[in-house]
Amino acid sequence: MHTPHTSQASHALPNSHTPASHVPEPDDSMSFECGACPPVRRFDVSMSIGGDAGQGVESAGSIACRALVRAGHFAFGMADYRSRIRGGTNFYQVRASDAPVLCHGDPVHVIATLTRDAALTQLGNLARGGALVCDESISPEDNLRPDIRVLTVPIIKIAENAGGKASMNMAALGAAMGLIGFSIDTLCSAIEQRFARKAESVVHSNVQAAREAHEYVSGRLAAGFPFRLGPVAPPSPSPPSSPSPGRILLSGNEAFCLGAAAGGCRFIAAYPMTPATTILEWMAAHAGDLGIVAVHAEDEIAAACMAVGASLTGARAMTSTSGGGLCLMTEVCGMAGMTEVPLVVVDVQRGGPSTGLPTRTEQSDLLLAFHPSHGDFPHIVIAPGTVQQCFEAGYRAFNLADQYQCPVIVLLDSHVGGSLVTLGRSCLNWNAVARDRGEYLGGHITEADADAETADGAYLRYAITESGISPRAGFGHPGGVHAPSTDEHEEDAHITEESGVRVEMMRKRMRKMETALANDLRGPTTYGDASANVTLLVWGSTLPAACEAAAILSADGIRAKVLHYTDLWPISDKGAPLTLRAMPKPQALMDDSTGPDGSGVLVAVEQNYSGQMSLIHRMVTGRAPDFAVLKYDGRQISPREIADGVREGLHRSRKEGVPDA
Amino acid sequence: MPDTPFDSKQRPVWCPGCGDYGIMAALKQAFMSLDLKPHQVVIVSGIGCGSKLPDYVHAYGYMSIHGRPLAVATGVKLANPELTVVAVDGDGDAYGIGGNHLIHTARRNMDITHIVQNNQVYALTKGQFSPTTDTGARTSTSPFGVIEAPIMPLALALAAGAAFVARGVAFDPKGTAGLMTEAIRHPGYALLDVLQPCVSFNKINTYEWYRQRVYKVSDDQRANSHDSGDFYAAMKLAREWGDRIPLGVIYRRTREPYHSALPGLARGPLPARPLDDIGADGFERLLDEYV
Ligand SMILES: Cc1ncc(C[n+]2csc(CCOP(=O)(O)OP(=O)(O)O)c2C)c(N)n1
Ligand SMILES: [Mg+2]
Repeated sequence: MHTPHTSQASHALPNSHTPASHVPEPDDSMSFECGACPPVRRFDVSMSIGGDAGQGVESAGSIACRALVRAGHFAFGMADYRSRIRGGTNFYQVRASDAPVLCHGDPVHVIATLTRDAALTQLGNLARGGALVCDESISPEDNLRPDIRVLTVPIIKIAENAGGKASMNMAALGAAMGLIGFSIDTLCSAIEQRFARKAESVVHSNVQAAREAHEYVSGRLAAGFPFRLGPVAPPSPSPPSSPSPGRILLSGNEAFCLGAAAGGCRFIAAYPMTPATTILEWMAAHAGDLGIVAVHAEDEIAAACMAVGASLTGARAMTSTSGGGLCLMTEVCGMAGMTEVPLVVVDVQRGGPSTGLPTRTEQSDLLLAFHPSHGDFPHIVIAPGTVQQCFEAGYRAFNLADQYQCPVIVLLDSHVGGSLVTLGRSCLNWNAVARDRGEYLGGHITEADADAETADGAYLRYAITESGISPRAGFGHPGGVHAPSTDEHEEDAHITEESGVRVEMMRKRMRKMETALANDLRGPTTYGDASANVTLLVWGSTLPAACEAAAILSADGIRAKVLHYTDLWPISDKGAPLTLRAMPKPQALMDDSTGPDGSGVLVAVEQNYSGQMSLIHRMVTGRAPDFAVLKYDGRQISPREIADGVREGLHRSRKEGVPDA
Repeated sequence: MPDTPFDSKQRPVWCPGCGDYGIMAALKQAFMSLDLKPHQVVIVSGIGCGSKLPDYVHAYGYMSIHGRPLAVATGVKLANPELTVVAVDGDGDAYGIGGNHLIHTARRNMDITHIVQNNQVYALTKGQFSPTTDTGARTSTSPFGVIEAPIMPLALALAAGAAFVARGVAFDPKGTAGLMTEAIRHPGYALLDVLQPCVSFNKINTYEWYRQRVYKVSDDQRANSHDSGDFYAAMKLAREWGDRIPLGVIYRRTREPYHSALPGLARGPLPARPLDDIGADGFERLLDEYV
């Protein structure tokens, strides 16, 4: 959609040469989340490592992130790879700064490449004055932008000397890290750790390749390169009050799993599907130490059904998948909704429709999640916006499922699920984990005798209540014997077609959503200056980029804020801020004033073709966004792309008038 | 029908003469003979006439969706292996839309007793052919006669690795109750295909039709009795269909059930554990992986 303008000023600040003694102590109690004001950065460097799939681009990138974090930097790592194991061009992008970074940098300052193809694909993303690091044998295009600094490094020769071509990725990494001024020793220890389980010769050749390439670049070649890391204080052991000092580097899928496990998730059944597979793999890896039953099911229908079965006994159960799998699970979602069984479904979205872009990112399952089965039934949809929010979503999804006895769909995406983010360890705080089972009566009761057993019809599983929530006995409870049915049923769960009961039951089930809205579901969060008149309407993983975009725009004289939804269904405009309640449509789209009526420009930013959140927003509030910045090429939208899109939209609408919503 | 603790207040809507009555009576009988209590039993069904059964039995039950009871039952059993889990569904559920689950539940050896009410027809939807309908049968979706070959459910289960395979018939509640008891006792997946005359929609495979063909095999180790431990002998019997239809235990062997090898169950049934039993220390150890 937006072709990158290489002419645009880079957001990276050259190394300010501050003496290390002046570097402030890192304060890990600070928010690592998107804040009202973006952090002040002394430096902000992005690099991209590219090569053929199978050349180890991803491991080079994640080693770089790990090394950066160990040295006290904040790192963000994002894979950009194809759905094959070998062949095809892959990239891994790393962004490093002295302040938290929650999204990728655009443009990048260094491209380290193992193939000519990778070089050509990425050059358009290179900042003015940036560097291309490649092997001597690679000759990039003849009419290369004159500002680009080309560093030819004998990558192949260095790798072969070190033990073989398999270490080319480490040679390229060493060269790139040398260029941006990162210490070789920290890099080597990260490499050693990564290959700890491999043969010693493997460790040695990888370390050797990185070291030699680093040395090759570090002196004369790197001299004067403007995009270098500044000094940072080494990671401090944090205040003693903090339960868990230090920093960690992890992905959204991992953070979700940690949150789920901490919240008491004990059962997962799933079928592998990129980019959700790592969730099942995480649970399977921890099945023994955490006591989790992790089932690799025969298909997604079975997976979701198994989770329902486990949940019937009172276990906290989930399934994870991507869009195609959610399609198969739809009948089960309706089943859980009708029988009021807590069910957590995680959909790590990828590019659709159908097989689409298997390894790329998109936010295009919202409308599927919004109505994931036939008929009217209660369900909840949430979408964390950051890795830290993924952790909270991990336990919150189970709380909501238990409290409202319904399916809860968690929408992640390939970007937030797979990208690595640096967080303070205390951001994932065991003591902050809430565990609320709602009106659950217990299930497995061993000591109870059969006398406690009730006669048929005595326990009302679907008792009509004001909240719509009925006390739920887990299968095995002696006092709760009942048999739910996906057919319409009476309060005691027996099947009925009686019209009065049907109406009461439908109302009871749907009333739970009103209760949820009143008590537990959250309205959108505003980031930035609340009085700013341009509002970026976003949901899910575009939050960090939108916040940075708002800062770019504001610095440019366009006052913008971000309105971010994590809770996507049900939503209502009751008690919501003015921006949600049918924010008045402006007479003209001016970016410099807010009307006395609170009107302002509403811009949807979404990673899908049809503006799926815009449609829901319009449906609920009657207020359609004035225009949308949409991206659906499978690559995560960057702050710059959002800012450019907003500027363009404002410009266009000034010329053409307010579009008809 | 004897008064049992498993009697429900709900009156069945099955047609008079339906084979499902006999299957339900046999099932309650089996629970009684195993000394089970209603809260210790979970009956998961699909969608179909026979799948209404859990509504008519006072025990834990779940009437799921068409073809999926084995998958739901798997979740129940893996979360709390102390429960006795029975899946009850029709030939359409088990051998048609849910056929994949049968293969994999058998292969995994889930400790589930799978009772199929096999009436060789889709009854609830009023008489279309099913995967077990014989070739040539005229039904509303095969007005010129079925041109497909029927599935051989027992052979299918055997090929998928089932360690207990049996067949009963609805009009012999006592014999069928005995088979159900053995199937429930068997640790692991047990398929019990029960021939069930449908008086309304199957005018071919009637009580009379079955009576003329069925015979009991005994595996009592006496001379000439069937060796139910012999896979190939079992496979031969499993494929016998037509003029003669064998009833009884066709195959049985010991095989470790799936849940007994699961590391996740070492600390007991999942619902019995407190939600925070990972503990703060355990959680910090998890975070150490990300330093
Ligand atoms: C997904 C789905 N497809 C179709 C149906 C309609 N349907 C209900 S029961 C049934 C077949 C029933 O046959 P069987 O499983 O043999 O049970 P029976 O009624 O014979 O006991 C069908 C096709 C449904 N409920 N769900
Ligand atoms: Mg049938």
